[in-house]
Amino acid sequence: GGSASRSERLVNTQFADLADMSASEEIPVEGEITVPVGAPSPDEDFSTLDEPVRETIMRDLKAVGKKFVHVMYPKKSSALLRDWDLWGPLVLCVSLALMLQGGSADSKEDGGPQFAEVFVIIWFGAVVITLNSKLLGGTISFFQSLCVLGYCVLPLTVAMLVCRLVLLASSGTVGFVVRLLVVLAMFAWSTLASTAFLADSQPPNRKALVVYPIFLFYFVISWMILTFMPQ
Amino acid sequence: IYISIMHSFAEFDDAANLLAANPDATTISIEEPADIPKNKHGRGQPSGREEDDELLGTDDSDKTELLAGQKKSAPFWTFEYYQTFFDVDTYQVLDRIKGSVFPVPGKNFVRLYIRSNPDLYGPFWICATLVFAIAVSGNLSNFFIHLGKPTYHYVPEFRKVSIAATTIYAYAWLVPLALWGFLMWRNSKVMNIVSYSFLEIVCVYGYSLFIYIPTAILWIIPQKVVRWVLVVFSLCLSGSVLVMTFWPAVRDDNRRIALATVATIVLLHALLAVGCLAYFFDAPELDFPAPNIPVHNGTAVITKLQ
Repeated sequence: GGSASRSERLVNTQFADLADMSASEEIPVEGEITVPVGAPSPDEDFSTLDEPVRETIMRDLKAVGKKFVHVMYPKKSSALLRDWDLWGPLVLCVSLALMLQGGSADSKEDGGPQFAEVFVIIWFGAVVITLNSKLLGGTISFFQSLCVLGYCVLPLTVAMLVCRLVLLASSGTVGFVVRLLVVLAMFAWSTLASTAFLADSQPPNRKALVVYPIFLFYFVISWMILTFMPQ
Repeated sequence: IYISIMHSFAEFDDAANLLAANPDATTISIEEPADIPKNKHGRGQPSGREEDDELLGTDDSDKTELLAGQKKSAPFWTFEYYQTFFDVDTYQVLDRIKGSVFPVPGKNFVRLYIRSNPDLYGPFWICATLVFAIAVSGNLSNFFIHLGKPTYHYVPEFRKVSIAATTIYAYAWLVPLALWGFLMWRNSKVMNIVSYSFLEIVCVYGYSLFIYIPTAILWIIPQKVVRWVLVVFSLCLSGSVLVMTFWPAVRDDNRRIALATVATIVLLHALLAVGCLAYFFDAPELDFPAPNIPVHNGTAVITKLQ
């Protein structure tokens, strides 16, 4: 239509020599104008819809397990931050909340925390700490921070397990001292691990402002673990 | 206490008169960002104006005042708007806490430390710490008090955490709201020189609660005398911070209303302390092995001194 006539005029005026040579016929446009869309074969490599379910689950489990190892031996690796997932924190939170059940007098008013209370404290606490660090100017993303805080509950879950085993053996003073030491050690480990991952993303003159709420968060969880009394 | 408070008011009066006599040195209302440049001029005065400078505070950063004009310009539905309330560094928070624990007579906490940069970090996390300090200390104190009794079975009393949280956060946010509303209402009737924004009031209340954290931890000591001495001591410190902050705001009003306002502020603060002590901490009893006394003629009188 219009563009064809315009190109025709262009050809006729600017390439008058050529037009003479081709006896004033139009020079046809040749070539393909289809833009190649992303080739289908790489898509097939990334599509995980067709693989067996076992492979999918094993891949996620391996990712979670790798992060557990990262937490127990915290080095400044970015694997925990980059590929965040919330499966690990969910598993840890649920198992910790379950282990905190069955305490003394948990049907009465003054007992230990209920399942829902533990859940809410861990997730709401993690959200509040993340918001706090973002409001103070941190550069970490919301879910990355939730992921780190959730995974760093792992030492305290281990402490809870140890406490329950110790309480099976003895609930006297010796047992209490053992539990106290274990909980203290794991509390320090959790706080240091999460600080190692999160502190770098904060502005340097506000690091203490970000670390203190993390300290308070793990302190509260440690308190819940330490005061657990079996029936 | 009354005499010392009136004495410090007299000092404050003198300083305020100096300010009034030198109108281009300062602005007194710290709500309008447009007034901030005048404060800068005030600091260029010769050193005879030391009291003015001390009142304003010279040691903190100037750039917070320059930037104050640019604060809160983002619309309230964006994240940046809320970031302006967390624009504090570690040393600023520590300074504000120090200022709430060691009130200097005649110096206004808001003027000296906050100065148009109110933050929500301090109030929020001090309240959170206080909630857990009270709950944990109460639990520990009850544990130690009842330790020897054969019938005592330890319970973690986790329910009390939610009660403590509700009480303290309600106090730290609703009382400033009521006070701010009241001050705005009086401001419309009487032209007060000093007026505070809502966030500044929240800030003062939040930081003034800091002294209760070590107080709550020391309340573990199961001695009645010690506990009440602690109550009075911490009430004096944080109460004086509040009184010195709010007295200039109501001073120009009707005398009775001003006194009633200040008295209500102190009374509510005292009520919080005493209420927490009464509810979360059981009364310490003297160590009578009450259940083991053999009964003669069925008339053994077991006294439990409270």
